[in-house]
Amino acid sequence: MSEQPLLAVSGLTKHFKPSTFSRGPVVRAIEDVSFEVPRGTVVGLVGESGSGKTTIGRSVLRLVEPTSGAVRFDGVDMTALPPSELRRQRARMQYIFQDPFASLSPRMTIGQILMEGLEIQGMRPREARVARAKAALAAVELPADAFDRYAHEFSGGQRQRIGIARALALEPELIVADEPVSALDVSIQAQIINLLRDLQQRLGLTMLFISHDLAVVEYICDTVIVLYLGRVMEMAPAAELYANPRHPYTRALLSAIPEPVPGRAKQRQVLVGDIPSPANPPSGCVFRTRCPHAAAACANTVPPLDNVAQAHRVACIRREELAGLA
Amino acid sequence: MTVAPVLDIRNMQTVFRIGGRDIAAVTDLTLTVEPGETVALVGESGSGKSVTSLSILGLLPKKVGRLAQGSVAFRGKSGETRDLAKLDAEALRRVRGNDIAMVFQEPMTSLNPVYTVGEQIAEPIRIHLGRSHREAAADAVRLLADVGIPDPERRARQYPHELSGGMRQRATIAMALACNPSLLIADEPTTALDVTIQAQILDLLARLQRERGMAMLFVTHNLGVVAEIADRVAVMYAGRIVETGRVAEVFAHPRHLYTKGLLRSVPRLGEASALKAAGTPLPTIAGAVPSLSNLPAGCSFAPRCPYAISACSAAVPPLTDTGDGQLSRCIRWQEI
Repeated sequence: MSEQPLLAVSGLTKHFKPSTFSRGPVVRAIEDVSFEVPRGTVVGLVGESGSGKTTIGRSVLRLVEPTSGAVRFDGVDMTALPPSELRRQRARMQYIFQDPFASLSPRMTIGQILMEGLEIQGMRPREARVARAKAALAAVELPADAFDRYAHEFSGGQRQRIGIARALALEPELIVADEPVSALDVSIQAQIINLLRDLQQRLGLTMLFISHDLAVVEYICDTVIVLYLGRVMEMAPAAELYANPRHPYTRALLSAIPEPVPGRAKQRQVLVGDIPSPANPPSGCVFRTRCPHAAAACANTVPPLDNVAQAHRVACIRREELAGLA
Repeated sequence: MTVAPVLDIRNMQTVFRIGGRDIAAVTDLTLTVEPGETVALVGESGSGKSVTSLSILGLLPKKVGRLAQGSVAFRGKSGETRDLAKLDAEALRRVRGNDIAMVFQEPMTSLNPVYTVGEQIAEPIRIHLGRSHREAAADAVRLLADVGIPDPERRARQYPHELSGGMRQRATIAMALACNPSLLIADEPTTALDVTIQAQILDLLARLQRERGMAMLFVTHNLGVVAEIADRVAVMYAGRIVETGRVAEVFAHPRHLYTKGLLRSVPRLGEASALKAAGTPLPTIAGAVPSLSNLPAGCSFAPRCPYAISACSAAVPPLTDTGDGQLSRCIRWQEI
């Protein structure tokens, strides 16, 4: 267990400041987020709008510049690297985007799309790039003739396979997948999740999987991190989180997911109120304004992320009292 | 229970003219919505569920889309039944927002950014009910309170961008209810919302419907939402209803393999961990939805159906009564 994790995020904070020409508050997108992604595992970042999940994903590749904290990739702090070094490190990571329509160029053939990154990385000769791109197409179960076709000829699910192939072609050590199935129909979602799981197992991929949907991440993730307003509420091995959620927010989120079982909704617990603005988060526990169990003390201090079981951590000062309520 | 339905659609066909060719987006659609009932129209992209709601309302894009066949009998507040398919644009305008109200997916695009929320809710009240500005403004505040918006006087004076997504959707619901419609058509009204806000809006719609005895046609891709909100469901695939019946029965005993496959594809909380531990993949439907311009012969689902036989491709299967009012467009429903 002493092996160094491929990705170690510690104390990561990102505040978006208003530009010089506009007034407005600082948006606190992420506050003091820490987690690790061991090699060959999948960690899920789950939360609603404004939870900071995408900002974390982008900070890992330093596509946004963190305000403070460290992102150690294979032991090297990404936040401290000069541009040339950063580019070298980034080449070992790939990003899969949500929208399979916006993320593929309409003017390039699929082959060109798949080979562009390889060319930038200096892979020679061209035949080697072609071979790698074709292997990636095969890996995502697309026909070989896709190579010479254009993105518009493919359905949403097939385009998402192309997006995955583009990431795989570069043989990255880490993949950040940002809502990769959210734009897809439900029957296609399951196909893509199966594909990602299969590739992950076969190739030993390490993945950060970002989603708003707790139901989607269960199958693919080893560990799930639940975020709310830029802070970690709970993290646990996937099976443990679904069987034994401890944070009131995780419980509410699970209970809000509509399941195709008539009559189930009756037992649902509906959170009142809106998600507060990350420009003006509540003091203390950020969830307290919507929490059905909030006490006066919840407003005073930010609850620490404490261990409650093996690898299961919860940021709630009332977790012991609430343990019996499920 | 011999009350006439609020909405009675018979054999409706909607076509789009694309590249000089008529392409049917909805074919042979028959559907009723009874007073006080919620019927869900569920399907994936391209199934024709949204085109159906636009056809009912006469909101198809003028140059390309038209309601080519069938009738859309609608009974308004006055008790008079009319065929919406035969009404001219002016007559339809008097029905929309008055007898039939609509709520769409994206509250930001269905609200006008340059008018206050209160003005927008008051507008249909003035136009359709002939109330004065002052009366309509007071009604708007009352409606905002009714849809659960705190501090409604202040919110009525605000612009849409000053409200959160959930609040905006509440405001569009208030606008829809302004004239006390006999039918509400809600097209993916919770799809753009976070799941905890979705739960609030579903509860709100269910309460308002109960209180007002209004009929609701709820268009969605989400089977979980159907289970929560609807009494009956019609499952659409490639422009046709493939199965319809009471939600409890259809979900417990689907009589069409598309419905069955769709239900199995929805991830169930807590079950995926067991599948993963066993090394079993998630259940899926193989293949993809066919293009409407190039539908397979016979049953459109046959190429993806594990039970398809050659007879399935011979002719489009009729909707067959499988008992208890449940209908399935599958010739092998008895065997599945």
